[in-house]
Order: sequence, then structure tokens, then C-alpha cells
Amino acid sequence: MSPNLIAILPEIVLTLTAVLVMLADASLAPGKPRRLLGWVAILGAFAAGSFSLWQLRLVDASGPITAYSGTVQVDAFSVFFHLLIAAIVMVTLLGSLDYFAPPAAMAEHSETARLAYTHVGEYFALVLFGATGMMFMTCSVELLMVFIGLEISSISTYILAGFRKGQGVSAEAALKYFLLGSFATSFFLYGIALAFGATGSTSIAAIAAGMSTTHTPVLALLSVAMILIGIGFKVSAAPFHVWTPDVYQGAPAPVVGLMSTAPKAAAFAVLLRVLFNAVPTLRATWLPLILALSVASMFIGNLGALMQRDVKRLLAYSSIAHAGYLLAAFTSTHPEAVASACFYTAAYAAMNVGAFLVITELSGVDETMRTIDDFTGAAKSRPYLSGLLAFFLCSLIGIPFTAGFFGKFYVFSAAVHGGFTWLAVLGLLNSGIACFYYLRLMTALYSRPLHGEVRGAMARVTPSAALGLAFAGLATLALGIFPGPVLSLVQRAAPKTIPIISSAPSSSATASLTNGQ
Amino acid sequence: MQLALFLIFGVLAVLAGLNLLAQRHPINSALSLIVVMLSLAVLYWSLGAEFLAAAQVIVYSGAIMVLFLFVIMLLNAGEEVRSKGSKVASLIGFPGAAAIFCVLSFAFLSERDKLGMTTLGGDLTGATSNITEISHVLFTSLLLPFEVTSILILVAILGAVVLARKEL
Repeated sequence: MSPNLIAILPEIVLTLTAVLVMLADASLAPGKPRRLLGWVAILGAFAAGSFSLWQLRLVDASGPITAYSGTVQVDAFSVFFHLLIAAIVMVTLLGSLDYFAPPAAMAEHSETARLAYTHVGEYFALVLFGATGMMFMTCSVELLMVFIGLEISSISTYILAGFRKGQGVSAEAALKYFLLGSFATSFFLYGIALAFGATGSTSIAAIAAGMSTTHTPVLALLSVAMILIGIGFKVSAAPFHVWTPDVYQGAPAPVVGLMSTAPKAAAFAVLLRVLFNAVPTLRATWLPLILALSVASMFIGNLGALMQRDVKRLLAYSSIAHAGYLLAAFTSTHPEAVASACFYTAAYAAMNVGAFLVITELSGVDETMRTIDDFTGAAKSRPYLSGLLAFFLCSLIGIPFTAGFFGKFYVFSAAVHGGFTWLAVLGLLNSGIACFYYLRLMTALYSRPLHGEVRGAMARVTPSAALGLAFAGLATLALGIFPGPVLSLVQRAAPKTIPIISSAPSSSATASLTNGQ
Repeated sequence: MQLALFLIFGVLAVLAGLNLLAQRHPINSALSLIVVMLSLAVLYWSLGAEFLAAAQVIVYSGAIMVLFLFVIMLLNAGEEVRSKGSKVASLIGFPGAAAIFCVLSFAFLSERDKLGMTTLGGDLTGATSNITEISHVLFTSLLLPFEVTSILILVAILGAVVLARKEL
């Protein structure tokens, strides 16, 4: 097989599976069950993950693979994020196989459930297409390719956010996300254009070389700031977070689990590559910006969450706060910052996908349980689900023996090693504030029901959903007890971008400068 | 010659842009947007980016604006109504736009001397035609982004089917 195909094999597999699912859905009679398509999609994500692992063996044997004239670079960094994204997609699909009610039980379900059910095949296809875009984002070392990947992943998530057709909040979520998201992407694109203006290239290695010789340093600074704004929106860092609560409230719960973890992981991967590979020379400039984003996200996220009664809005603000903790890792030096940030994305993905899957099971497609009052006393009728939700909340707090503890530990120790002890102290202070609202939800679960009986979907948890929940729970537990295997992968993940000696305007200078770093 | 073109069409683009904001009826705003797009096309052309100018006319002034007009017609949109939100939007929007304008003009003016040396290529500067350049880059070093764009379009089609199909 040609090296070009080997380098993008996981993406090819995902795209082919998505096209297959899409075509099969169109040829099935309306009203026929589409569960099989979901299993095909899960199998596709599993195959993509396996091919990524195979790529890792190739990388270990013969160094990073570059392909398509240096557009794509496969290394331990990209493989880690490929595996993470594939795992998130698999768990989300497992959890939402039966989310859309089957036609047999349709009589007792609402109009929303029926409308969403007619598009369940497209739902599976869109999730896979979005994952393809995210994987392209993590393995590209050419900003134009990153941009195309970002657009694929964003547009799929805009559509998925509006999947509960016929509900006002859902349409509002999709439209708001689409308009604000396009606005933010335009900042990212402007940043790429300015980087091209300052250095004459959009490839990360060539930008790194060009930054030290550029004649227009102000343009270079502006380009970094613009890229930071674009990515800051995608990871919902304050002050670019205003869309988050409304979108998370309106989007279907399994989709929120997906879009609060996978696209964020991909966006953080892009940010790591850009900041530590393309513009390490401008560290003195971007460091204050990262500090400001981190502190603002932690405080706005946690203080905002204190005032929420709606559980999905509460978790939306908590995800803003977690983006702040993650950004604190960026203050450290190169290998440690990457390792701790990667570990935190994995830990956050495990616990957040899990928490949203439990909410999916508890409240169903109609989302009859919204506020903390609705969740009060849920433990009496759904003991196992409530216990699992309490476990994920413990992990979000950062209690030892859960993924959240080690995630926070590595991130804050990275900040301390970077010389920002005050940032770590602020982070710990914020974790204390966060305890309050997570514990409030947890005590509500185990209190006496307010209305005598808990409303919400009383359907049994199907075996596939149970499998997804078990996977998320075990991942959260495993990352908290044996973080070793993941840690050893992320510690060698620190990306080094290989300079391409072809299209860069001053190729000889490019090669010598980058080798010197 | 180039300066005269720039002055005429630059001023035209800014005026049409302001008119777009000031008009209350969506049709008038859409027509002003066509003037902005065409003026920008002339500016691109005068900088030697003839491919970009042609694409601007065909894609923006042609395809996208026709789509806009169809949507306005199908929705039968009337004059916009001022609400409390639009007041807040203008209170935040105008200072925001002014701030972005100041930042960008500061950046470009502070690099004025060096930017003068940058040439965009194209027929006017005697280099190879930039259509040749673009097609070369598109099918060699940027082949993958070019091909992957097809997935992007597929996703957009899928989204249109999901969100806009009439339910049975």
C-alpha cells in the first residue's frame, strides 16, 4: 500500500462506512428498524481505531509517516487522538442505538421521537463524518487541511444539535451554534491568512521557520491571536463561551456528550500543534493570552454553574470550567504540557460522555427531566443509573481513584513546573467551588422525591446502552487507578513537526532552522 | 490607474456596506451586498488576483446572491422590526466593529514599509498567471484538502436533507 493511503487509512475507513450507512439508510423502507446500521457504524469506528493502533506500530518501527506532500503527519500524538475520538464515537453510538424510539413502541412516544426516528440512519452517518473531520484535524500539519477538517466536524455537529426536530429549543440550539460557529471559524481562517502573509506558508514546519525571519512581526502576532480566538470558541473557553449553555440545553443528550468531548479534543490537538510547533518563538506573547483564557474560563464556568437549575446547562458551565483547567497545562514546557493536556482530554472525555449517557437514559428523547428538582429522588426508582451518575460526578470533582483526579493532578503539576504556582492555586480553589454544585446534584439524586414520584423515561436500559455505560465507567475507573498505559503513550506523544523540503519559499533556511530547535 | 481603481471601488464597497446596514428592507440590503461583492472583485483583479476576481463574481455575486434573493422571496420577508435586541446589538456592534478596524489598521499600517515589497503575482507583475499557479498547487501539495472538501459538501447535503425535508 502506498504511504499516502496508510497515513489516512482510519479516515478512509470512517468515510467509507459513513457513505455505506447513508446509502443503506436511503434504500431501506421507511419505518423499518435501523439498529443494524448503528452496529455497522460502531464496527466502522472500531476498525478505524484498530488501524490507528497499527499505524502506531509502524511509527514505532520507522518514525513518523508524512504523506500528501507534507499535509498529513502520523505520529504518536495523532494516533492518541485518533484512538480517543474513535472510542468516544463508539460509546456515543452504543448509548444512542435505541435513543430514537423504534416504530413498534411509537404509539406511546411523542411527536419529537417519531420525527427524530425517521432520520436515525443519517444520524449514524453524520456522527461518523464528523469523526472523520476531527481525525483529519489531529493529524494535519498544514493549516488549510486543519481548516477543512474543522469545517467537516463543525457542520456535522451543527446538524446533530438540531436533531430533535419540532422542538423550539433544538432549532434554537442548531441555529445559534451555526451562526456563532461560522463567525468563529472566520477568525480562524483570517488567522491562517495572516500567518501566510507573515511567513509565506500555511504549513506548520514552514511557519515555525518563517517566524524567526519574518519582516512583519505584527502580522504574525495578529495571526496567532486570531487562531486563538477561533480555537477558543471551539473549546468553549471564556470569553468565547456564550453559545455553550444554550446549545447544550437544546441538543439531544447523547449528542452533547459527543460534542463536548470529541471536537474539543481535536481542537485542543490543533492548538497544541500550532502553539508548540508553529509558533514556539512567540511564547512570550501567547502565554499571557492563554493565562487570561484559562483564569476567565475557570471562574466564569464555575460561578456560572452555581446559578443553574437545569442539569444540562449546569454541565455546560462545568465544561467551560474544564476547558480552563486544560488550558492551564499549556503554561508548562513542551513535552510535559502536551502529556498532561492529552491525559486530561482523555479523562474528561471518559467522565463527560458517561455523565451525558446516564442523562440520556434517565430522561429519554423527550427530556422530561430537566432541572435539579426533576432529578430529586431518582435513586429510588433508578438506583444503578443514579449510582453511575454519582460516580461520574465524583470524577468531575476530582476525587481520588477516578480519572478526574489524575487529570487535575497532572495539569496543575504541569502549571507548577512551568512556574505558575498561582495558576495551580486558582485551579484548586475553583475545584473547591465546583464541589458545591456537583454535590448539590448528587444529594438531590439521593433525597426524597419532591412530587411523590420521579417523572422521566422509565424504559429499561437496553444491553447496548449498558455496554456503552460500562465502557465509559470502566474507562473513568481505569484512568484513575492504572493511568500508566495511557500515560506512557501521551508522554512520548509530544509532536515534532518534520520540515518539508519542497514548497517552502526558503527551503534551505527552513530545514536548518527547524533542525536547530 | 491602479490607485484610481482602488479609490473608486474601495469607496464604493464601504458605502454599499454601510447602506446594507442602514436599509430596513431585506431586498435592498441584498442588492447592496451585490455592489460590495462586485467592488471587491474589481479590487482583487487590480491586485493581480484574476482567478479570485472571477470566482468572486461567479460564486458570490452569482450563486449566493441568487440564493439569498430566493430565500427572501420564499419567506416573503417584509421590513425588519426594531426590537430591544437590535438596540443592544447596535450598542455593542458598532464599538466592536470600530475596535476590529483599529486593530487591523494598526497592524497593517505599522508594517507599511515591508508590505510594499510583497507582490501577489499574476499578469500585472509579469509573473506566471496565478490560475496556472493555483491549479498546480491544488493538484500537488494541496491535493488532500481539495479532495476532502467533497466530504464537507456531502455533510452539507446530508444536513439539508435532515433539517429541511418535509416529514411524512
